[in-house]
Amino acid sequence: MSSADSPDVEAQRGDAESVDEDASVRSVDDAVLNVSNLHKHFGGIVAVDDTSFSVERGSITGLIGPNGAGKSTTFNCITGVYEPEEGSVTFDGTDITGWEPHQVANQGLVRTFQIARELPEMTVLENMMLAPKDQLGEHLWRSVLPGARGAVVEQERELREQAWETLEFFEIDHLAEEYAMNLSGGQRKLLDLARALQTDPEMLMLDEPMAGVNPTLEEKILDRIHALREDGYTFLIVEHDMDLIMEHCEHVIVMHQGGVLDEGTPEAIQSNEQVIEAYLGGEV
Amino acid sequence: MSTDTVGSDGEDNAPAPMVRPSWFADIGRIAAVVAVTYAFFIILGLLAGLNVNYMMSFLERITFYGAVFAMGALALNLHWGYTGMFNIGVIGFMGVGVYAMSFVTASPDASPAGLGLPIPVGILVGFLAACLAGLVIALPALRVRADYFAIITLGFSEIVRLLVLSGSLRTLPGGYGTGGGSGISAPRTDSVVPWLQSKPVTGEIVDSIIWAGINLGGVPDSVMENYIYTGILIGVVILIFLLLTRIAYSPFGRVLKAIREDELAARSLGKRTDRAKVVVFVLGCGLMGLAGMLWLGRRTLVNPNNVRPIWTFYIFVALIVGGAGSNTGSVIGGFVFAAFVYDGPRYLQRVIESFYEVQAPPTIADAFVSSNPMAVIDYLVNSMDEIRYIILGVVLIVLMIKRPQGLLGHRKEIAAAVDLSRHDTSRGGANTTDESGTTGSSGGESDE
Repeated sequence: MSSADSPDVEAQRGDAESVDEDASVRSVDDAVLNVSNLHKHFGGIVAVDDTSFSVERGSITGLIGPNGAGKSTTFNCITGVYEPEEGSVTFDGTDITGWEPHQVANQGLVRTFQIARELPEMTVLENMMLAPKDQLGEHLWRSVLPGARGAVVEQERELREQAWETLEFFEIDHLAEEYAMNLSGGQRKLLDLARALQTDPEMLMLDEPMAGVNPTLEEKILDRIHALREDGYTFLIVEHDMDLIMEHCEHVIVMHQGGVLDEGTPEAIQSNEQVIEAYLGGEV
Repeated sequence: MSTDTVGSDGEDNAPAPMVRPSWFADIGRIAAVVAVTYAFFIILGLLAGLNVNYMMSFLERITFYGAVFAMGALALNLHWGYTGMFNIGVIGFMGVGVYAMSFVTASPDASPAGLGLPIPVGILVGFLAACLAGLVIALPALRVRADYFAIITLGFSEIVRLLVLSGSLRTLPGGYGTGGGSGISAPRTDSVVPWLQSKPVTGEIVDSIIWAGINLGGVPDSVMENYIYTGILIGVVILIFLLLTRIAYSPFGRVLKAIREDELAARSLGKRTDRAKVVVFVLGCGLMGLAGMLWLGRRTLVNPNNVRPIWTFYIFVALIVGGAGSNTGSVIGGFVFAAFVYDGPRYLQRVIESFYEVQAPPTIADAFVSSNPMAVIDYLVNSMDEIRYIILGVVLIVLMIKRPQGLLGHRKEIAAAVDLSRHDTSRGGANTTDESGTTGSSGGESDE
C-alpha cells in the first residue's frame, strides 16, 4: 500500500464520480453494500429478522430505528462481530457473509463503535499508527531480523506523515502525544473516526458517531464527513437525532423490530405514518 | 467541552519532544540499579565485618537469581505486560523446558536414563519443547475468555508437576522416565564452562578470566566457574532484552499492545490478532523454558519440587515490582526482587547477628512470655527465612496501593520503529536526540 489514504489523494476518487446531485434517486446497481434477508437471534429474541437493504456508493445513508430495532446487531453481522444465521452480505461485489472482522476491514469496510473504542493506554499517535493495513512490521520476523527491519523503518516514516496529516485534518494534532484515555468523549469519537480512515477504507460504518458529542464538535464531525464524502467515501450512519439524519443523509433506512420498515429520501420517510408511529412518537 | 482541560495540557506537550527511551540508555539504567544494590550490600557487609567470601558469594547469588527472575519477568512481560495474556502457568513452561533438556542430556547409564547428548543440543530441544507446549496450550486456550485462559495455564502448570511426579511415568521401557519424586539427574548446565574451555577461542578467554581470578583475586577455581556461568546468564538476559525491545518498538509490538487494550477494536481495524497472539504466546513460552533451563540446570538434579506454582508467583511479583509493560522494568524488577526480597533478608540476618548475639527462643509463644525484652525480635531475626514470605506480601500490598504501575510501568514507551514526533519541525528533532541522551545520565530520577 502507498500513501493513497491521505485525504488529498482521495480527492481524485471523488472527481471520478461526482454524480451525487441527484442522490435521492436510487440506482441499486451502484450499490457498494448489499444486505439481503439477514437473520440473527439470541436465545428466544429475534434481533434481526429478514433485513435487506443496500447502500449506494458515495452516499451518506442513515440507519434509524427505536431502541432494540436491531441496528447494532445488523452492524455487527455485517462487520463480522456476529455471524448471521441466514442471509448474505455483499460488499463491493464480494460476498463477505460470515467473514472475520479483520477480513471485512481489510476488504475496505471499516466501522466505528457506539461507545468509542480508543486504545486507552496507547497514545493518540500509536492509535493512528496501528490502523494502516498490510504493515510490513506486523510480521514478527520483519520487525526483529536485522536485515529486514530497514524496510519496516522506512514504512514507519511514511505512516508517521500520514498519521500527522489525518490528525491535522481532524484538528486533534495537538493531542497527538496524549494517552487516548485522557481525551474527552467527543475527542475519542474524532480519534475513532480518524483511526478508521487510516485503514484506507472504501466505506465507513459509523455507529452513533454523535452520541455524547457537544454541538460544536458535532458540527466539526459532520463537516469532516461531508468533506470525506466529496472525496468519494461512502457512509452508513446509525443515529438517533432525527434532525441530523434528515438534514445530512440523502437516503434513510428505518428499522423496526428487526426488519426494515421503510426506506427512502428523508422527506418520504418523514411522511410515512408507520414510521411516525414506530419511531417519531406516534402523533399523526 | 473538556477540550480545554485536555487541550491545554496537550498544548504544553505539543512542542516538547517525545521521550523515546533508547535501549542503550536503558541498559545503563539497569546497570546503575545493579551497581547501587551491590554498593548497598557491600557497605552493609563491611560495616558488619562479614566474611569477604560470604559477601562475594551473596553478590553472585543475587546476580544469578536476578538474571533468572529477569528472564522470567521478560517472558511474562511479553505475555501479560504487552499482550495482556494472563499466563499464571509460567513454571509449567519452565518445567517442560528443564525436563526436556534433562532427558536429552542425562547420561544413558543413569537411572532414569537420558540420551547423553551435549548440553547445547539439550537447551535447543528444551526451548523447542517449551514452544511446542505453548502452541498446544495456545490453540484451545486463546479461544476462551481471559479469565478462563488464566485457569487453563494454571491447570497446565499443575498437570506438568503432577505428570513428572506420577508413579506411572517414573520408569518407562528402556530405562527412560521422569524419575518420579526423585527427578532426573542431568549434568550441570555450568559444565558449559568446561565445555567453553575446551573450544579454541572461548577456551582462551575463559582460561584467562579464571587465571586472573585465581592469581589476582585469590578466588578458587570452582568459584570462578560460577562467576563465569552467571556472566553467561547476564549475556542471555541482555540478548532477550534486546530481542523484546526490538519487538516492543515495532508495528508488531503495536498490535500486541492493541490486543491488550481492546482486541475487538484491533480486529475491526483489520489486525490478525489471533495469529499475533499464538506467535507471541509460543515465543514467550520458549523463553520461559530457556529461563527454567538456565536456572534449574545449574543443579545436578531436577525434581517436581522445583516446579511448584510459587515460582510463577515470584515471577509475577518481580514483574509487578518493575512495572508490567516495560522491558527495562522487567529486568530491574527481577534483580530488585532477587536482591531485596528473595535473598536479601538472609543477608540482613547475618548482618544483624554480627552486631549482637541473637538468642532466639524455640517458639513465638516462648518469645512473648520470655523475660528478655528482645526475645520477640530475636525470634523474628532467627526465622528470617520464613519472614521473607511476609515481606513479600507486605511489598506487594504497599506496591499495589502506592505504585500499582511498578517502578517503570508508567513510562511512555511508544510502540513504533521510528520517533513519531512531528518530523518537519527541525527543532523537535534536535531536542529528541538531546532527550534520549539525558534519559541515560539522569537515570535514577524516574526510577523513584
